[in-house]
Amino acid sequence: MNIANKPLIIIENLCKSYEDAEVLKNISFTIREGDLASIIGPSGCGKSTFLRCINCLELMDSGSVTVAGVTVSRRPGEKPGDALMQKVHELRTEVGMVFQSYNLFPNKNLLQNIMLAPMVVKQMSKEQAEELALQMLEKVGLKGLALKYPSTLSGGQSQRAAIARALAMNPRVMLYDEPTSALDPELVGEVLQVMKDLDSEGMTQIIVTHEMKFAKDASDYIIFMDNGEIVEYEDGDILFANPKNDRTRAFLRHFVNSGVTC
Amino acid sequence: MKKCTLIFALICAVLLASCAASNAAEEAGKILRWGGDSEGGFPYMFPDPKDPKKLIGFEVDIVDALAAEMKRTPVYVNNAWDNLIPGLDRNLYDIAINGLEVTPEHEEQINFSIPYYKTYLQLAVRRKDNSIKNLDDLKGKVVGTLKESYAQQVLEEVGDIEIRTYIVEANTYEDLANGRLDAAFFDQPIALYSAGFNPEIKFVGPPVGELKYAIALRKEDKELLAEVNRALIALRDSGKLREIYDRWNLWTPVMAAEFNDFDPPVAEPERYNEWAETHRPVLTLQKRIERYMDVMPLFAKGALVTMEVSILAMAIAIGLGLLLAVARVFAPSWLAFIATLYVEIVRGTPVLIQLFFIFYGLPSVGIKLSPFWAGAIGLGLNYAAYEAEIYRAGLFAIPHTQWEAALALGMTRWQAMREVILPQAVRVVIPPITNDFISLLKDSSLVSIITMVDLTKVYGQVSATYYDYFGPGIIVAIIYLLLGLPFVRFAHHTEKRLAQVEKDGKRGHRENTYRSSTRYI
Repeated sequence: MNIANKPLIIIENLCKSYEDAEVLKNISFTIREGDLASIIGPSGCGKSTFLRCINCLELMDSGSVTVAGVTVSRRPGEKPGDALMQKVHELRTEVGMVFQSYNLFPNKNLLQNIMLAPMVVKQMSKEQAEELALQMLEKVGLKGLALKYPSTLSGGQSQRAAIARALAMNPRVMLYDEPTSALDPELVGEVLQVMKDLDSEGMTQIIVTHEMKFAKDASDYIIFMDNGEIVEYEDGDILFANPKNDRTRAFLRHFVNSGVTC
Repeated sequence: MKKCTLIFALICAVLLASCAASNAAEEAGKILRWGGDSEGGFPYMFPDPKDPKKLIGFEVDIVDALAAEMKRTPVYVNNAWDNLIPGLDRNLYDIAINGLEVTPEHEEQINFSIPYYKTYLQLAVRRKDNSIKNLDDLKGKVVGTLKESYAQQVLEEVGDIEIRTYIVEANTYEDLANGRLDAAFFDQPIALYSAGFNPEIKFVGPPVGELKYAIALRKEDKELLAEVNRALIALRDSGKLREIYDRWNLWTPVMAAEFNDFDPPVAEPERYNEWAETHRPVLTLQKRIERYMDVMPLFAKGALVTMEVSILAMAIAIGLGLLLAVARVFAPSWLAFIATLYVEIVRGTPVLIQLFFIFYGLPSVGIKLSPFWAGAIGLGLNYAAYEAEIYRAGLFAIPHTQWEAALALGMTRWQAMREVILPQAVRVVIPPITNDFISLLKDSSLVSIITMVDLTKVYGQVSATYYDYFGPGIIVAIIYLLLGLPFVRFAHHTEKRLAQVEKDGKRGHRENTYRSSTRYI
């Protein structure tokens, strides 16, 4: 974590419930430009919902999210009107997102998958979009597969393509929702490598993950969530060696016992 | 191919010419629009076996004589026999004539002229069978008759008879000849023209009952009724009617008593002889095939009508179906409710009723559609309900993760819909919509009941003409198959492509089961 960098994502008093279940309990947090943050925590702790609230795929019930100066905020009980949705739309153009299940468009080849959003959202010309798409594919090491359809790719290739698709929109932040959970173990590395490369280029990234080793080694810090709250955040080595909170300790012990961790 | 085009062009030319002719006559104000059913059957009115485009029959001769007497030009309007009386109210024609019996029920709805023909029911048995001499001998026997006819009533009154009802008279006498029936019981003219020349069948017993045929007119047309009656009396008194009946071999003792005319025949029964000649000998295969080739242009014309109605109906269904689906999924709840109501009502009622309602019902609120448009719109409105459900299913078939991916890339809801969801949904719906078109093609046969001469109607006409439901049946089935074939293949092709897309889609379809996919739509 570089303290000198200015805050890029500011989350304040974020609340989210599904029917009776309170999934996020008044979360406030700030992420600085260039950070690589990993979010860990037990199943159902709200870490995916937290991530999806950052680009408003899940609209918060109340609270505010600011990304690169664009703020979406909602008072309790406020109906999401046109003005709010306009802000949501603006905010999303600053944020790229990668899903566990890749969510590539199955009816388009990789090149078309990447070209679509720049052409539709940014009105880029076809030629420009194609050039951009090829650059992005090269960045994730898939240039040779430009004309392949998603169904013909391995999981690792699909996920790298999904990253390239998100990068093509030139986002300030990349969000990853368990990007390697659906992958065969031998394919995890190639995806994590892309994320490490992006980190070295200074990209701000937030990753919900079960890859404890990656979280510990690559992240600037780890956010531990439980029961809808951020319990603690800390540099990976410190957190693993000396968790302050009992809940963190219990969760990490589970990983140590099952032999997953470092 | 060239020949086909030529024949088609000729048919068009003939149709245009006849239209022009009738228009000219209309301007002169001296026409007599008369309704009948070209499948009304022999000897009443039926397509000429030698030239199926021409309608013949003793009733056709009567109308010609009547029109000449009234100094008008007869203009024929075809309609299904069951609908001849409703057709009067729809103003499709001014008089209806086609073996319409004078019954109290009919007289409530329309006026009848004085009867032009009186006849009776005739019992027929196998020539070798001497056990049946009259109606009372029928007890315990199997007897065929026309469905819902006066003859059926009479048989029911006798009691203890196993009655088989038929829609096609010819089949009854065939079954009698080959032993499936013990007797057949029909109006005398039908009996005569079905079996009078059949060496295996004989007529037994005295005339039974009394049937009077008269011309039907609208209640309000009193002047025309008087004019028709005057003309009929003139024709009777001048002996012109008698001559027609003689030529058709329909002059019977009952008629002699009715017209009080016991003179010997004034004309040869030439029309009956022609008929008997065509039907007596068993046709060779080659003769049959020649005959089928002769009627091919008629089938081609019918197929064209079927195709036109189906394509137009499908265009309506696809457009309206999309509107309905969008209304159900996106519109405010009151509009969605109306769309849902429409879909449920249309799917919950028979398409036949809908067609009848549109063609015969709507004119009473001032909406008069031509048979073609009534058929196309009726089928289109019906299929729209089914297409709407297919579209809806197609929209929901796309995993919500595709919405998320599009929205996360910064697309608006509308952009996501247009660029990501719809292209995939279209692929999902093309196979079921194509399949629906194939069923529509077959359902279009229903338009034959609202006076359209489509493929099915042509089949009825040709078969009634030649007394042959077998060969033409196979021909018409093959034509329907051929019309549908390209669409069957197209559906298969798109289904195969879809299977590929689905395989891809499944991988993006786990997690987040608590999020309903409808949320984004």
